[in-house]
Amino acid sequence: MFSEWKFAAKDIAEKPDLFTSGHRACAGCASATVLRLIMKATMGPTIVTTATGCMEVASTIYPYTSWKIPWIHTAFENAAANASGIEAALKILKKKGRIPQEQVDVIAFAGDGGTYDIGIQALSGAVERGHDFLYVLYDNEAYMNTGIQRSGGTPLGASTTTSPAGTVMPGKLEPKKPITEIIVAHNIPYAATASPYYWRDLIAKARKGIEVNGPAFLHVFAPCPRGWRSDISKSIELSCLAVETCVFPLWEAINGEYQLSAPSKAIALKPERKKPVREYLQMQGRFRHLFTPKFEKVIDEIQRITDERWQRLLKKCSMALN
Amino acid sequence: MAVAKQKMLALNGDEAVAYAVKQSDVDVVAAYPITPQTIIVERFSEYVADGEVDTEFVCVESEHSALTACLTAAATGARAFTATASAGLALMHEILYVTSGCRAPVVMAIVNRALSAPLNIHCDHSDSMVERDCSWIQIYVENSQEAYDSIIQAFKIAENQELLLPVMVGLDGFTLSHTLENVQTLPDDLVKKFVGTRKFPLVTSHEGKNVPFKLDPKKPMTIGPIDLYDYYFEHKRQQEEAMQIAPKIIQQVHKEYAKISGRRYGNGLIEPYHLEDAEMAIVCVGSTSGTVKTVVNELRSKGTKVGLLRLRTFRPLPVKEITKALENVKAVAVMDRSLSFGGHGGAVFHEIRHVLYDASKHPYVVNYIYGLGGRDTSPNLIQKIYRDLQRILETQQIEKPVQFIGLRE
Ligand SMILES: Cc1ncc(C[n+]2csc(CCOP(=O)(O)OP(=O)(O)O)c2C)c(N)n1
Ligand code: SF4
Ligand SMILES: [Mg+2]
Repeated sequence: MFSEWKFAAKDIAEKPDLFTSGHRACAGCASATVLRLIMKATMGPTIVTTATGCMEVASTIYPYTSWKIPWIHTAFENAAANASGIEAALKILKKKGRIPQEQVDVIAFAGDGGTYDIGIQALSGAVERGHDFLYVLYDNEAYMNTGIQRSGGTPLGASTTTSPAGTVMPGKLEPKKPITEIIVAHNIPYAATASPYYWRDLIAKARKGIEVNGPAFLHVFAPCPRGWRSDISKSIELSCLAVETCVFPLWEAINGEYQLSAPSKAIALKPERKKPVREYLQMQGRFRHLFTPKFEKVIDEIQRITDERWQRLLKKCSMALN
Repeated sequence: MAVAKQKMLALNGDEAVAYAVKQSDVDVVAAYPITPQTIIVERFSEYVADGEVDTEFVCVESEHSALTACLTAAATGARAFTATASAGLALMHEILYVTSGCRAPVVMAIVNRALSAPLNIHCDHSDSMVERDCSWIQIYVENSQEAYDSIIQAFKIAENQELLLPVMVGLDGFTLSHTLENVQTLPDDLVKKFVGTRKFPLVTSHEGKNVPFKLDPKKPMTIGPIDLYDYYFEHKRQQEEAMQIAPKIIQQVHKEYAKISGRRYGNGLIEPYHLEDAEMAIVCVGSTSGTVKTVVNELRSKGTKVGLLRLRTFRPLPVKEITKALENVKAVAVMDRSLSFGGHGGAVFHEIRHVLYDASKHPYVVNYIYGLGGRDTSPNLIQKIYRDLQRILETQQIEKPVQFIGLRE
């Protein structure tokens, strides 16, 4: 299905950036790292569209832009519709001989708000129609651009400005919506999760998503020091811990066939390597209230849900352990 | 150029629109069905199914995505079309502004229909009148022939390199959309030649290079950035400057089209009917002008000096033309098929009274709200309006500046 693509760290380092520095993302912003890495996976002509959100606002403040390729933003809830229109235009203009006869890749970036919540309709429609594009969800687990409000991707127990931890409420009451599984259920040819700590895995998956015929969905974990109240130097470490605790396992679904990616597979094979969620939670101010007697039970609940989802994933990957 | 030989087809308004789109070498159609626009989408789907068009048809999951896809297709260099009505247009509201703000020359047919609640599928102009400020050119047609002609013209207007503004063409739901009419159609090749292929003006990119204004991998450009108080205002003024040159371009395209088709609708902006010596005039948009014309003929045959001003182009508002056309009229009744709740009358009334404030002579101007939710407007209601104007002239007094007509008391 995929051409074998070998690349060395040197190739990646030497490839000129298409998402360039000078953008206004906060120090330690993993979302910006994710965009930069994914642009490293492009090879030919590419058009990018971005939903309203941190990455749009930080990268294109007029008259400046971080984008070295053609780029368009229209609104918050329609990144997948943007891609649909671009792809449809490219197809017909090529057929009519009005543009060069070459493959032009289309990538849409959207945050968790623009994907789990307000953008899910446009995304579902575009995937169902089978447009050829890569959709990248950079998941920083809240509406960061508007000041850290909860989304369907915000985890249980996280304190946000619309799910604040109070004297009776322990932050957000609901766990994350299983967005990637929802997209896999559309019979999408390629879907995967990725983390910037495993940058090689991330770039390889982006490449697969670009190459596959039809829609591809890439769900990338993206710590946000501003919204997570985490140290700006810890974003990549958090990206590692999220995988090691199975809070954010890495997997692919190729034509609906689930398979674990190497870092998570290693944990499946050696379950003792799986770290407790506590380690991950305690590094983030958004979970600080959970480390008090009043809300400590929520940590157990997070652990329980994490384990349950992990077991379910193992089953899907035919790796269930007895 | 001589007027082309044309083919008469029995088409309803929606079919006339679909036929015009079919002939206009449209690259991308993205649309979502809604009564009374549905026939446009269905007919077009048939053209696609039968291989009669070279168009990428994107059957989207909502109107929001329909307009979005047209916008980005147009930004990629395609000619793009969509159509909607009522709730569909309301759902597009956000993207209407984004489309014009990105200067994407999308063409859209609006089959005018009332807005909910209560739910109603019939004609009034509430859906598009409420969108009059969104920097789209608005043309309202009187019949299906004009719908056909106007859609073809719309592509050439929107894509004019100096203009690059989207165009909506409004046709009355059911009255036009679902009523068969004999429509003269031009030969395919002639329409294709008339609309031509899209050209792209050169603009300065962020790299300081002159590049064609579109998403072109060879000449990268950023479209739709965040733009704050330091530049946004200038960009909005540019949009308004484009609106200001639009009347010239609309008239030019209308004239060129008249040369090949033999059909004219006033000067493309307004259509005055027996206004030269009229003392009393009705101003309206859309199909009701057909009924008004019949009544004008009847009253004229009895020696009453009445006339009609049909606004074909409502955005941009043809200020000079309206002032001139109503220069010598003594009493004007503006008919509105929508209501600005709490706003002292309808949108057309607001505009006409406002324009006439600067005229050298001030006629009496009154407003009639009519036909909401598809209520029929018969010739006797039009006669009543002219009688009211007569009374105003006799008594030199306006009793009611704004009133409803054609409903239960
Ligand atoms: C229709 C609409 N509703 C609300 C907003 C305000 N808004 C802009 S960005 C945003 C949140 C973006 O969150 P997410 O998609 O997670 O991206 P992030 O900023 O976190 O990168 C919101 C609510 C908007 N621009 N448009
Ligand atoms: S708020 Fe978070 S996601 Fe947004 S730019 Fe800052 S670190 Fe990145
Ligand atoms: Mg977010």
